[in-house]
This record gives sequence, C-alpha cells and structure tokens, in this order.
Amino acid sequence: MSEVPNSAKLVVLRPAKGWLGIDLKELWFYRELIYFLTWRDIKVRYKQAALGIAWAVLQPVLTTAITSVVFGMLLKVQSDGLPYPVFVLSALLPWHLFQLSLQKSSISLVGNANLITKVYFPRVIIPLSSVLAVLVDFAISLVLLFITMAVFRLPITLKALWLIPLTLLAVLAALAVGLWLSALNVQYRDIQQIVPFLVQIWMYASPIVYPISTIPEGTLRSLYSLNPMVGVVQGFRWALFGGTPPDFTLAISSAAVVLLLITGLFFFRRMEKTFADVV
Amino acid sequence: MSAAEYSIQVQGISKRYKIGAAQQRADTLRDLITNQVQRIGQSFSREGRARKAADTIWALKDITFDVRQGQALGIIGRNGAGKSTLLKILSRVTDPTEGYGELRGRVGSLLEVGTGFHPELTGRENIFLNGAILGMTRKEIQSRFDEIVDFSEVGQFIDTPVKRYSSGMYLRLAFAVAAHLEPEILVVDEVLAVGDADFQRKCLGKMGDVAQQGRTVLFVSHNMSSILRLTEESLVLEKGKVLLRAPSAEAVDFYLNRGLNKLGERFWEEDEVPASAAPFRPLAIRVRAKDGSVSDTVRSVEPFTIEIEYALSEDLTGLRVGFYLMSTRGEPIFTSFDTDSSELFKAYPARAKGTYTSRCVIPANTLNEGRFVLGINASSYHIRRYFQDEQALTFSVDASGAPGTHWPEPRPGGVRPVLDWQIAREE
Repeated sequence: MSEVPNSAKLVVLRPAKGWLGIDLKELWFYRELIYFLTWRDIKVRYKQAALGIAWAVLQPVLTTAITSVVFGMLLKVQSDGLPYPVFVLSALLPWHLFQLSLQKSSISLVGNANLITKVYFPRVIIPLSSVLAVLVDFAISLVLLFITMAVFRLPITLKALWLIPLTLLAVLAALAVGLWLSALNVQYRDIQQIVPFLVQIWMYASPIVYPISTIPEGTLRSLYSLNPMVGVVQGFRWALFGGTPPDFTLAISSAAVVLLLITGLFFFRRMEKTFADVV
Repeated sequence: MSAAEYSIQVQGISKRYKIGAAQQRADTLRDLITNQVQRIGQSFSREGRARKAADTIWALKDITFDVRQGQALGIIGRNGAGKSTLLKILSRVTDPTEGYGELRGRVGSLLEVGTGFHPELTGRENIFLNGAILGMTRKEIQSRFDEIVDFSEVGQFIDTPVKRYSSGMYLRLAFAVAAHLEPEILVVDEVLAVGDADFQRKCLGKMGDVAQQGRTVLFVSHNMSSILRLTEESLVLEKGKVLLRAPSAEAVDFYLNRGLNKLGERFWEEDEVPASAAPFRPLAIRVRAKDGSVSDTVRSVEPFTIEIEYALSEDLTGLRVGFYLMSTRGEPIFTSFDTDSSELFKAYPARAKGTYTSRCVIPANTLNEGRFVLGINASSYHIRRYFQDEQALTFSVDASGAPGTHWPEPRPGGVRPVLDWQIAREE
C-alpha cells in the first residue's frame, strides 16, 4: 500500500467569496498545461490547411497589399516618408498579434466549455494560452518584416531589440481585454458578435494606415494614446525606422494596459466561480 | 483516527443553482434588459417575491461525510439526486455555495473520459494533451506512454488523427489515458459504460487495481454490480441529501427497494389534503403489476391492480371511492367506483372509522399502449364529495404481445381489447 505522505497537497473546498487576486504559484504549478493548450491551439489552427503555417505570413502580406493599394495609392495617405508598404506592415504585425489574440481569447472560455465543466485548473490558463499561441504566428511574420525591410534597403539597428518589450505590451493589452471579454462572453454571447466590430473600430483608432502626426498634439493626442495599440505601433515604427521616441505616448499606453490588466484579472477571478455553472 | 488518515472530509456542503435563471437566464444583453424591467415590475407584487425564491434550487443540501485514505466509496442515487454536483464540487470544477471540505492529495477527476480530446490531433498527441489536462506531468505521461497505448489496443493507429477512429477506439484510448492517471484521490463518474463487454471487464479490473493501490476512490455509477465490485461502502443520495451510508450491499439493497416504491405510487402528505376532505383522508394510490410489484409500467396483456389506500376518521354512510382513468390529454376512458357491484353496494352501506384499501383489478387486454392518468374521487352520492384529485398518478402501459402489435404502427384509442374476429370467404 503506497502511503500518501502527510505533506500531500491539502485542497480546501469552500465557497469563494469576494475579489481574489491571481495565484502565480498555482499558475506555475500548471505550466505544463499552459504549454500543452498553447501547443494544441497552434497545432490545430493549421491542420488540414493546404498552406499550413504559411498563412501566418500570407495574412499580413495580403492585408498589406490591400491597404497599400487603397490607402497608399488611391487615397495617398501620408506615411512619414517611408515606402507605404513598409510603413503599413510595421504596424500591421503588432496589430495582427493584438487582433488575433483578442479574437481568440474572447471566445476561448466558451470554446473550451467541455474542459471547464469537467476538470479543475486555473481558468485564466485558457485565455492565456490562446494569446500565447498567436505569438508563434507573430514570430514567423516578423521574419517577413525583416525581409521586406532588406528589400527596401532599410537598415535594422540594435534599437530593434525594443520590439521585445513592445511585443510584450501588445500581448498584455490583448490579454487584458481578452480577460474582460472572455468572462463576459460566458454569460452574454453577444460579446462574440461585438468583437468583429470592436477590432474594426480599434484598428482605425490606431495609427496603422495613417501616421500618428495626423492626430494633433495636446489633449487629443493624450486621449488617443490611451489606446494601448497607439503606443505599441508608434514604438514599433520608432524601433525600426527611428524618429522621435514615443516616450509620452508609450507611457500613457502602458499605464492603460496596466490598468486594464489588473481590473481584467480581478473581474475574471470574480466571474470564474460561476463559469462551470453558466457556460 | 487522526485527520491525516482521511483523504476527504466534507462538512455541510451545499450547492444552490439558479434554475429559474437557467430557463430565463439572460443569454443576451437584450434578455438582460427585458428581464431587469420585468423584475422591477415584479418586485412590487407579492407574486414576484415568491417567484424569486422559487428561482433557485438546492442541488445539494448539507452533505457531510469523510473517506478514509485508501477507501473506495460508492455514490448511488437517481438522476438529479446530486451525485454529479457532488463530484463536481469534490473535483473543484465548481465551488460549493456553503460548507467546507478538505481533500488530502492530488485529485484526479474522471467526470467524462476523453475530456479535451481534439479530433484533429493524433492519438499520440491526444495522450499528451489529455494527460496534461487530467493533471499528469509530461514526464509521467512519457513514462507511461507505452502502457497507455498497450491498454488502449489502438497500437498502429497511434499517429492517426482521432477523428478517423471508430467510437470504440476513441473511447478505449480515452479510458486508457484516464486509467493511468495516478492521483491520490480519484473521482470517477460512470466511465465504465465504455466499449464492449471485454473492454469493460478490463476497465473494471483496472479500477479495482487503483483501489488496491491504496488510492482513495469515489465512484458514481448506475451500474449496481460495479458498485458492489469496486466499493466497500456507499452513500445513497436523494434530493441532494445523504440518505444512508452503509456497506455497499446494504446501500444497494436500500436504493433498489426505494427505487421501486417511487414510481407507480403516490402518497398524500397531511398538508396536501384540504381540511374540507375530513373525515376522508387519502393515503396512497398505486399501480401493481401482475406479480404484485408496484410499477410505473404494466403490460397490456396482463391484468393489473389499482389500489387506493385511505383512512376514515369517523364512520361514513354511502361512501364510494373510485378512480377516473384518462389519457394524458385528459380524455376520459372510464370511471369506476368500489361499490359499483350490487353485492359490494349492499355489503358497505356504511364504513366504520379506520384504514381501508380499495383494490380494483383491471383485466388483461383492456388498455392500449401509452401513458394514462388516474384521478381519484371519494364521495357519497348526492350528499357530498369528500375528496377529488384528477391527477393523482400517471402510469404507462406496454402493448407488447397485444393484438395487432406485429404491425409496429401506433393504434389510436385508449383501449385495446382482444376481439373475436372471423374471416369467412363468401361463395
């Protein structure tokens, strides 16, 4: 008879009350589940697609082509003196990362209802792993960006290392919004109807197809920078092509992300108790 | 025994669900808005307040029990008794509304085999994914991988997407992963209804091994023979409460007997009988099959008995007790009273106070297949009606073997008599 050690993990069952923080120790304990769910999302996404993971590259390429024709050639939108395709692509990459993460995470809880109603694990793992899975696409498309820059003979400097924290900021922004929306979507399926419009509006509210200089400096620019993607996109352009560093914009955007993330986590934890009963 | 020797200790666990909310839950924002408006309206009316309380149901009420380390405990109960809710709370899928519990050790829950299986992934990939979901580390899965594949008997298809598996293969693989989970506490719900008889035997064997290894097992099943085989002790749950905890043989007995009483029988509680019925007090109405057992279903080709039990608190003159037999749509089929025959009518001009049973045998080949409603009436003709309940009990009639059932078409009508047909060829 194998003995259960006295030190065996004690699990306490009790009604959950009030607001709970996030239990990082527990998340660490479940790190392999995070890994496997992320891995599943990546694996499944391109299964039985003839072009497979190439879609990770094709999607930004096609969007760049379309926006370049519409906004660059037909509407002749300014692009801070850069070739329009490069200008757009540099913004589309973090934008796609954000958009896909947001879309995937907001429906993630409902999509994994069978897990939620059968097995215990920290629920935050689900939106988290769906965001992490998108990072792989992003990494692949980043290579595309560097190739494009080489084609247009634009140098890549050490400043490009800034892309790492900027990417993290985009991921956290998507996760923050994803936490809110996924928890709400469990209760109100309206969310999944709203998300496509939300990302559309959000895209035009970010300096992707137009330069940030279009937005007048001052109060309006500050308000505009509350959109986390403003800071991220400006940061990307600065890290890749130089110009004035977006200190101020980035500071406001980061603050907005932190605020969204903290409230999102608390909201998620509060809603979490009822997921299995409601989903 | 010190606390550490218990794997599971729960104290007064209760779980409340909002059922009203399940039906009229605001699934969309529009519903939310209209519901809120209605609710405001209702809060002004008494009816609205009464309804609020009715919106919730206690799926579990004040459950207290403990399980020693290494014990296999069965949980039996009818559908809706709260078994699944209890397992969900123990496996932490949902939180209790009230109460406190402690589990010592890792809890593995098998509320359903194949949780998290993805059809697009191969058998190999699903073993890893499912293992991780069930709480195994990658190392553990790797070390048991060959065993799992062996057990599942899917061998050569291990690198095929599981969507191409037959349902049998799929379930075998799913069970194999689950069976190789090695938590200190295993919570199992009805997983043995998987695969063919051979595989089921193998699964039962595996479950038995788990219990032998000193792990604590909580086992829910409708299959009484597996309960008896795998557990020493069982809890009987009913309406969210623990009715009995006893050695499994005793618990199963208790449960089965109780199960028989429940259907085909209706009792009247004191508070269900209006005061105006006195001195008549209905106690029960039941349907007994040919062999005398109380049953929800009787056969058309066999006689059965309708039994009405009642008490009289005073002597009564001219009392007749009887029933209406109706279709579920309320169409009357026939009515009969216990003093219909002139002999009994003469024998019982009055009944002394006491407890009575009036029994009526419905002859074989009377009713057609379907569901029927029994109403009860107790009255003194032209003097007074003491008690009437038009929906006292429902029961079913099974027509197998009745005339004409070699054609599988449904026959309209409440009765299905055996009739004498003759076929003559006229010259």
